[in-house]
Amino acid sequence: METQVRHRKGHRMTSTSAAGAGDDILVLEELTLRYGALAAVDHVSLRVRRGGRHALIGPNGAGKSSLFSVVAGTQRATEGTVFFDGQDVSGLTEVGRARVGLVRTFQHSSLFLGMSVLDNARLAVERAEGSPKRPWPNPRRDRRITEAALRHIGSVGLTDRKEALCGALSHGERRQLEVGLVLACNPSLVLFDEPTAGMSAAETERFSEVVESLPAEITTVVVEHDLDVVFRLADRISVLSAGRLIADGTPEEVRADEAVREAYLGKPRSEEPLFGTVA
Amino acid sequence: MEARTVRDDPDAGADVDGEDTKTRDPDRDRGWSSRSRHVVLPRVALGVVLLVLASLPLFLAPYPIGLAGRMLAFALLVISVDLLTGVTGMPTLGQVAYFGTGAYTAGLVGIHITDNGFVQVAAGVGAAAVLALFTGAIAVRTSGIVFLMVTLAIGELVHQVADSLSVVGASNGLAGIPAVTLVPGGEPLLLAGYVYWWVLGVFLVGLLVAYLVLKSPLGRSMRGVRDGEQRLHAIGQHTYPVKLAAYVVAGGIAGAAGTAWVAQTRFFSPGDLGFDVAAFALLSVVLGGAGTLWGPAIGAAVVVLVRDWLSAYVDGKGALMLGVLFVVAVYTLPRGIAGARWRRRSATGRDTA
Repeated sequence: METQVRHRKGHRMTSTSAAGAGDDILVLEELTLRYGALAAVDHVSLRVRRGGRHALIGPNGAGKSSLFSVVAGTQRATEGTVFFDGQDVSGLTEVGRARVGLVRTFQHSSLFLGMSVLDNARLAVERAEGSPKRPWPNPRRDRRITEAALRHIGSVGLTDRKEALCGALSHGERRQLEVGLVLACNPSLVLFDEPTAGMSAAETERFSEVVESLPAEITTVVVEHDLDVVFRLADRISVLSAGRLIADGTPEEVRADEAVREAYLGKPRSEEPLFGTVA
Repeated sequence: MEARTVRDDPDAGADVDGEDTKTRDPDRDRGWSSRSRHVVLPRVALGVVLLVLASLPLFLAPYPIGLAGRMLAFALLVISVDLLTGVTGMPTLGQVAYFGTGAYTAGLVGIHITDNGFVQVAAGVGAAAVLALFTGAIAVRTSGIVFLMVTLAIGELVHQVADSLSVVGASNGLAGIPAVTLVPGGEPLLLAGYVYWWVLGVFLVGLLVAYLVLKSPLGRSMRGVRDGEQRLHAIGQHTYPVKLAAYVVAGGIAGAAGTAWVAQTRFFSPGDLGFDVAAFALLSVVLGGAGTLWGPAIGAAVVVLVRDWLSAYVDGKGALMLGVLFVVAVYTLPRGIAGARWRRRSATGRDTA
């Protein structure tokens, strides 16, 4: 089970401080989530480098979504600690974590469907600007908010759809808008929950471009089924199986890892290449 | 161009007509045809409606004028219901509590302190908003059908208190309220036409407040609550303060509606804040089209018209007529009166574009 890759990570862990200051923006320490006797997440320790493009993969039922929800703050961990930007955020709710810059997306696009694209983005900008409850219009400040919202819409390629009702967008456009909303929250780390699920090949391509075009200072963690997308977007991959972290390394290391092959295929003797050619 | 689009954004409901702007050349947004459709036309319509409303006393008899005034007061109550039901997504039966609080407060101030209308409105709005703050602090912790039941309980509670509290006349109602004056020591507004203008003024100020709230960040947050509380959490926004703020604003507007009502009737009884009023207010929102301002206002006018005016011609079967009206409305106008107009406009918009 203990892989060479994991060894290297273990080595690094001893060399940096436990509080996760410095290079690592997200540090998970012995994170555990139990449902009764079942440990969906089993003592996972993980570090995500600042500015990194991290991916979290694993077979069905590996605990990816559970780990995701514990990191996002939707669920409270049974044991262990989440450090974000050197700060213990284990006690914060989803709202609190979003406010410090740890922002999530949803597996099933959940946007404000009855509002226009522009209003969706404005809502997120207003939150970040700190005036979401001002009960009167203020032309000058509202114009600044709109300009910022338009910038975020533009950066995900939806400028010409800004007046469209969100409910009228295609699935792919909704995912793009979701990225726009996340950007409007001034995140330092974005958690993507299976972003390309249900997308057509063209939509996946477009979405990958949007994620690739994110500013370098924004760290991304992607939970994803589509391994082509993972190998395209990630510079570091962590593999979960049965709630445990079984590998953590560069795409090449993970691709070569015996334990990962075993987890995905059930038997180590398969000679078939596990992951197709990298895009 | 961006800034201009914002300033020109015309619709009070701002729920954005499902219009397809993808095909439209952005430069044409500045063109006259688009401006006339989006900016000038609604403003002209608004001006005509205001002119008609303001000139009603000049050619209507006192009884119809009184009816029109009650329509306006009830419409303001309905708008407050819509701020919660249609905009924030919290269907409520409790706004009559704040309507009644505003009315009783204004009446008591009129009897015991001053007959100045502005003071009465301020006191009524303040009392209603404070009550909304305390009851809302509990009510908005719930949502959906539970919220509906809690607000029903709040409405019934205030109804019961009004029914037994002797200082507000208990079940006999609060009578002997003097006519309002505008300036200290001024002439009391006794003629139906002047009273109507006062009610119209209160209605327009209440409408303006509701409009400004809808255009503000709070209004957008309220629609955010309606469309996705979980999503709002994910962008770092607690929904509780938004819902409470919406509840207090709506309570204050309902209080203003109460002061307008009592300025006109100069009498208020527990029956005026009963369950049937709450139900009619909610149904007016459904009839008019939830989420806009003018739709529910028209719905309210239709409801009062059928109940108080048409019923005289059909042997007092106004309630039956209302029932038929609602059934027909649900089948033919699933999105209310406002929804019907939207569909037509977006269709013609595409033709001319």
